[in-house]
Formats: sequence, structure tokens, C-alpha cells
Amino acid sequence: MSERKNIFSLENEKELDIAWCPGCGNFGILNILKKALEEMEEITPNNFVLVSGIGQAAKIPHYFKNNAFNGLHGRALPVAFAIKSTNPDLYVVAESGDGDMYGEGGNHFIHNIRRNVDITNIVHDNRVYGLTKGQASPTSQQGMVTPVQVNGVILNPFNPIAVAIANGATFVARAFVGDIQSTKEIIKKAIRHKGYSLIDLFQPCVTFNKINTYAWFNEHTYKLGEDYDPSDKMQALQMAFQEDKIPLGIIYEEKGKPTFEEQLTIYKQNKEPLFKRNIDVNKLEGFINSMR
Amino acid sequence: MNKTMKEDVSIVLSGEAGQGIQTIERLLTFILKREGYYVFATKEYMSRVRGGSNSTEIRVSSKPVKSYVDKIDILIPLTKSSVEHLGDRVNEDTLIIADNDSLKLENKNLFNVPILSIAKEIGNEIYANIVAVGVILGLFKINIKTIEEYLRERFGDKGEKIVSDNIKAASEGYKLGKDFSENGEIKIEISANETLKDDLLISGTDAVALGALAGNCDSIFSYPMTPGSGVLVDLANFSKNFDILVEQAEDEIAAINMAIGGWYAGARSMVTTSDGGFALMEEGLSLAGMIESPLVIHLAQRPAPATGLPTRTAQEGLNLVIHSGHGEFPRLVFAPGNLEQAFYLTQQAFNIADKYQIPVFILTDQFFVDSYYNVKKLDLSKIENKKYFVETGEDYKRYDLSKAENGVSPRGIPNFGKGLIIVDSDEHDEEGHLTEDLDIRIKMVEKRLQKYDALKDDFVSPEFFGNRNYKYLLVCWGSNYNVVKEAIENIDNKDLAMLHFSQVFPFPENAVEFLENAEKIIDVENNATGQFAKLIRAETGIKIDSKILKFNGMPFSVEELTAKIREELQ
Ligand SMILES: Cc1ncc(C[n+]2csc(CCOP(=O)(O)OP(=O)(O)O)c2C)c(N)n1
Ligand code: SF4
Repeated sequence: MSERKNIFSLENEKELDIAWCPGCGNFGILNILKKALEEMEEITPNNFVLVSGIGQAAKIPHYFKNNAFNGLHGRALPVAFAIKSTNPDLYVVAESGDGDMYGEGGNHFIHNIRRNVDITNIVHDNRVYGLTKGQASPTSQQGMVTPVQVNGVILNPFNPIAVAIANGATFVARAFVGDIQSTKEIIKKAIRHKGYSLIDLFQPCVTFNKINTYAWFNEHTYKLGEDYDPSDKMQALQMAFQEDKIPLGIIYEEKGKPTFEEQLTIYKQNKEPLFKRNIDVNKLEGFINSMR
Repeated sequence: MNKTMKEDVSIVLSGEAGQGIQTIERLLTFILKREGYYVFATKEYMSRVRGGSNSTEIRVSSKPVKSYVDKIDILIPLTKSSVEHLGDRVNEDTLIIADNDSLKLENKNLFNVPILSIAKEIGNEIYANIVAVGVILGLFKINIKTIEEYLRERFGDKGEKIVSDNIKAASEGYKLGKDFSENGEIKIEISANETLKDDLLISGTDAVALGALAGNCDSIFSYPMTPGSGVLVDLANFSKNFDILVEQAEDEIAAINMAIGGWYAGARSMVTTSDGGFALMEEGLSLAGMIESPLVIHLAQRPAPATGLPTRTAQEGLNLVIHSGHGEFPRLVFAPGNLEQAFYLTQQAFNIADKYQIPVFILTDQFFVDSYYNVKKLDLSKIENKKYFVETGEDYKRYDLSKAENGVSPRGIPNFGKGLIIVDSDEHDEEGHLTEDLDIRIKMVEKRLQKYDALKDDFVSPEFFGNRNYKYLLVCWGSNYNVVKEAIENIDNKDLAMLHFSQVFPFPENAVEFLENAEKIIDVENNATGQFAKLIRAETGIKIDSKILKFNGMPFSVEELTAKIREELQ
């Protein structure tokens, strides 16, 4: 293990001008993800792509040493989907904030769950829009006062766990950055899971969210016990609706469901990524001639 | 009534959506082509799945025919209202062949053929359209064997009963048609040419989709929108024979981001859409501009704004594709004028996109994608595909300035070589990491825009047609190629010529000379404001003297354009 230490760290890590506020939960996620990757022998900076959208969370690929695609607000999932499905040898993780994934990217969130493409989706859930200075996000608590929601949020919070399970996601987890060890294990399991996996990862925004602080998350979450069976879908759905005490861990897991790319005829006989293939011009000629 | 038609006949079939007009169109054109005729077919239809009034025009000729005419020599209406729908196009020269026991039309040129009762006798009203096919083929005195053969090929997998019923329906109609011909009531005299048997009969949609295949396109991500979705459907069909990943995205925004993701991972991805769908893709286009991603976009135009006339034709998307996307970055826009161009330019689009790391558009329209005609061959011996990505070394930098030629830095892809591929929608440094360094910003903008210089050297010239000593120059782009050409042939005036642009942006520099040599430039476009005329003005300073514009949702007809050009010559 030790020789893999720091392989995902940039050479100039020490001088990096990281654009997060001191104390922000994003630092924790950065460190945990890095550790998880270092511990996964099958992953290297070359065969791994970190895709993100826009926001504070979405800057994370810049603090890593690996392939990175930092695209548009809300659009990490379509990009991640296409990278994985055209080049299945790659490990693909899509990471962004709750505003990015559930708000601007809500439609993609729903449909990539349905696709069950083999990617891991980590959502930095700070329940607020950080980069744009503290407006409500889809997961903001009702009553939270913001510069825009001046009388407090009146909308129902979005329930990513329930939505994911209801749409057929095969790996749905909730984690809290304050619990380093469990979060790291969840990330490893999610990446190794065949199919789409969601980790809704609580991350305090120390600047704009004065409600959901480290203390608040500590107080309002609990770890699912050893005896919890994540394959029971109905029980998992019940977990998704627990609000006073929010369960952490793998809430739902279904094994063996075919992934998007496994079902494609293009990979049935030939496992090569698309970039290695070329059209057979003779075959094309025959094909065109058959249209006469 | 006796009527003789020579060399060029226009047959229109018209009825409700769902009455099988598409099937007749296919059957007739393929059989006629096989028998050695040049055919052209195009359809116009309403935005509904059942009912309404749709029509298809089939031109049959001894010479190549590639454009739409207003005249109707023979009309086969399947409903009463379809005659009205065609308006002035039905006149005293039009013969109508109809089952008048049921339609009850009043017209002196009417040939009452009991299409429906024959179909019922055979066992089902749905054979009415096949009886009609038979009548037409009888008029042409086509070899009945060809018809049987074709029906067998076409319906063979549906079982012997269906095949034999279809053959019976066609032969019954055939007898009637042949009788009209033999007793001299309707005479069609068009010479056939054996060698045309081997021509291809493909549509604009097919030409683009086959061009994509030939260009090594391996993935298409799209959200359906008429008339662009045909290419998605074609490629889905081709995926039964070739390795193509086809995914129907949840929306256009997803589609274009997927295509960019595909190219990032080394694939050759495309999207196909229409103006309204592309409007949603605009931000993605800008992303391609920023991260210097190759991208191929097929956009089949239709009348706008907003949902416009969903099934009609227009050339209103030019400004959209040239100006879309925030920020300044290079792009290239092809607007093929004929099927061969559509095939070769689409094939090239993938290589140009790859070489320059830019978005390339194939701009067509409803009329173009829904029309088809004889094509001699698509020459695959000329096909050359090159994948431009490189195997990276450890010190690889995606936006390396020192290694850039014409602004193009070598493009690596993940896991091919030792380098890391980092791209960012923010302004970025040479490695791809986001930066707010304003000096780097200037360098990156200059790097991206530098590609324009190379593109300006490497353009597709406009095609000139007509007399070199012209006074009047007709300028057109995209699908108006064939109609302008046919109008010029009709007018036969040595002062007249055409300049057709199949690359509209960057504006090909060698066009300037042609424009300057004209005494009068006449712009022909399917939009209300002369978007291309304005582009010429902006790019060259040359003012267009006169414009012939049509924007009611229909293509120019040969007669109409001929008359309009004649007016301009006075
Ligand atoms: C199309 C578009 N709309 C809006 C923005 C502005 N914007 C940037 S980040 C952001 C919200 C980010 O919130 P979240 O995803 O929760 O991430 P956080 O900053 O909290 O990590 C918005 C609205 C943008 N960049 N692009
Ligand atoms: S604004 Fe919030 S989310 Fe963003 S860096 Fe600061 S603490 Fe973190």
C-alpha cells in the first residue's frame, strides 16, 4: 500500500491555492477520496476520470492528480455516462454539489439512475448553494433563511435517497464527512459496485449554512448497524424518509443487475473501447451496395 | 380525354397520415428506378400521426431530376379533402385517378378506378394503396415481374399470404393502368435506361447517416426532434451491422454533453437535432469551444421561432449556428446542397472536427432530409479517416502552447499513454487546470482563435454553375442547390450563373472574386431576412443587390423560382 501513497496528489500539493473556506467539509471529502483511491490497487491516475459540474464542490478535480473533466453546471452525469460507455476500461466518478446534481442537473440525475451505467456519483450535500453565496439548494431545510429565501425556504426538500431507490438505483448510500473511516469504505464499495452508485455525502458549509453544522450532523445522524440488510428495498425506502435521525451507510444495494454497457451489443463480443475501433470500409461498401 | 406526358412526369399521392402514403412512395420509386428511370421524391406533411392531409411528390424522368415542382401531372387522392389541400397545384392539366364511387369528386379529368372495391375483394381495404401503385406502374407498362419480385423482397418476411395478396392487389391495379395506356387515354412516354438499375436511391437523412458511418462515427447521443431524428433512427438501424453506440438522451442538453464526453474518451460522437433542440445545446457548444473538444452536430432546420411549423422546411438556423454559444471560439458550418455532398461532407466533418478540435455543423433542412433521388455511387475509395489523438507522455499538457500548431495542441485521451487529460470549462492553464491569471487568459483566447487562420486555408470552395461570363450571379446555400440549378437550365440565359455554398462558415475566401465579378447578385434563401446575404455583407463588405426569399414552410418549386429569377433579369 505504502508505495501507492500520494499517487493521486499533485506535485505542488503544498502550494495549491485551494478555493475553499477554512473548515469547509470539502477538504474532508478530498482527503477521504484520495485515501480511498490510494487503497484501490485497480485504480491509477490514468485509468480514472473525475468528472464534475460547477460549484465549490465541483472544483475538487483540480486538487487531484488524475484525468479530470470539469464541465458545466449540472452536466457532470451526461459526460460521465458517455466517458464510461464509450471507454468502459475507465473508472469514472462524477462529483458535484447538491445544487448541481439535484437542481440544475435533476433531469440527468433521474435518467442516469435508470441507465445504471457503471459510474459512481458523489454528491457533496451541504444543503446550500456555496459558490453563489448561500441561496437555498434543493436539499435546504424548510424555514432556512437565505439572501433569496428571505422569509425562509417554503419548498419541500428533495429526497435524493428515495428518488434514487424509486428509480431503480442499485447502490444508494449516505455518508457524513465527519466520519472518515466509514465514508472511505462506502466510497470504495461504491466504486467497486457494478452499476450506478449514489453517495449523498453530507458536507458542512461553514460559511453559508449555519443550520447544518458539524455538530448538527453529528447529532442528527446515526450509523446503520451490522444487522441492517441493504437488499431489502422497502426497508431501504423507509430509511430514506427518516428525518429526525438520518441513517448513514449503504441504504440500498442490489447486486447482479446488468449495467448499461453490459447490455450493449457493441461490447458483447469485443470489449475494446470505441477509440480503438475503425469502420470496416469494405463492409460499409457492401452495405451501401445492398441498398440498390 | 386523352393525354400524353413526355420525358418528365410528376405524380402526387395524397391522403391522411396513416393511409400508407409512405409505403406507396417507397414502392413506386424503387420499382421505377429499377426499371431504369430517374426518380425524385419528396413529401410534405402535417404535424400529426393520423388524419390531416399529407402528400408525396414523385417525379419520374429520363434525365436526372432532383428538385420539387408545383405541377401535378397525375394525382392519386386517397381522401376528398386532399384535393383541396393541394390548391392551385391541381388544374386542368392534372389527371386525377381516384376511386370516385367513394370519394365523389367533381373533376372533368377524372379516371374512376375502383381502388377500394378491388382491395376489399382481395380481402382488406388496406390494400388500396397497393392497387394504386399497380395502376401507376401499369401506366408505365413496367414489367410485371419486377413488381412481383420487389413485393416479394419487401413483404417476404410477413408470410406468403401477405405477399400473394399484395401481388394480387398490384396486378389488379396494373391491368387497369395498362388499359388506360393501351387505349390511348393516358400515355406516358419516358425513355428508360437499363443502367440506372444499379443507382442508389437514398434520402438526405440516409446521406448524412451513411456519411457519419464513413467518417468513423461510433456513437450518437440525441433527443428526438423532427426533422433531425431521422439520422438517429438510421444510425440505430445501422447499429445492427456496425459498432455504433446509440443512446436517446433525456434532453438535448444531455445529448451534447454526452457527445463531448464521448470525444473526451476518444470516441467519435455526434448529435442530430433541429433548431429548437439545438437552442438548448448552446451552452454545450460553448463548452466544446472552451475545452477544444471536437464535435459533430447535424441540424435539420425547420421554420421557427420556438416550435414553429414542426414538419415544414426553412433555412432559418444559419444565424443560430454561426452565433450560438457565449464567447469567441472557432467552428465550421457545412450546408450540403445535394446528397453526394451530404455524404462526403459529413464524413469529412468528423476528421475536421478531430484535426482542429472544433465543433463542425452539418446544416440541412426538412426538405433536404426528406427528399431522395438517384445517386450513381458513393465512392468509398476516397474515404480517408484519421484519428488525430496522440499517445501521451508523462509530461503531457492538454493545452501545451509550445506544441500548438495553428492553435491546435496535441489531444490526448485518458488511459492512452502516460499523460493525464485535464479539461475545464473555466479558463485554464496549459495543463487544463482552472486559472484566473489574466495573461494566460489572453494566450488561451489567441490560441483558440488562431485555428481560424488554418481553417481559412482549408475550406470547401463554393460550387460554380453556369456561364463564366455571367452578369447575374445567383447565390444560394444548402438545399437550394438543385432547384437553382434546374431554374438556370430552364432559363438558359448566358448571363446567368449560380454560386452555391456548401461551406458557409468560415466564409470561403475564394468566393469574393466570384461575387465581385457579378453585375448583379441575387440571393436565394428560405428565410425572411436573408441571413446568408447578411453574412456575405459582414464577411466581405459586398452588398447583395436583390433577394428571392421564401418562408412559408415549403421549398422553392422549380416553376416559382424560374419565374422569380426571370423577373430579376428584366
Ligand atoms: C448554467 C449556470 N447557471 C448558474 C451558474 C452559477 N452557479 C455556479 S455554482 C452554482 C450553485 C452551486 O451549488 P452546489 O451545486 O450546491 O455547490 P456548492 O457550491 O454548494 O458546492 C450556481 C447556481 C452557472 N455556473 N451555470
Ligand atoms: S462556501 Fe461553503 S461550501 Fe463553499 S468553500 Fe466555503 S464553506 Fe465550503
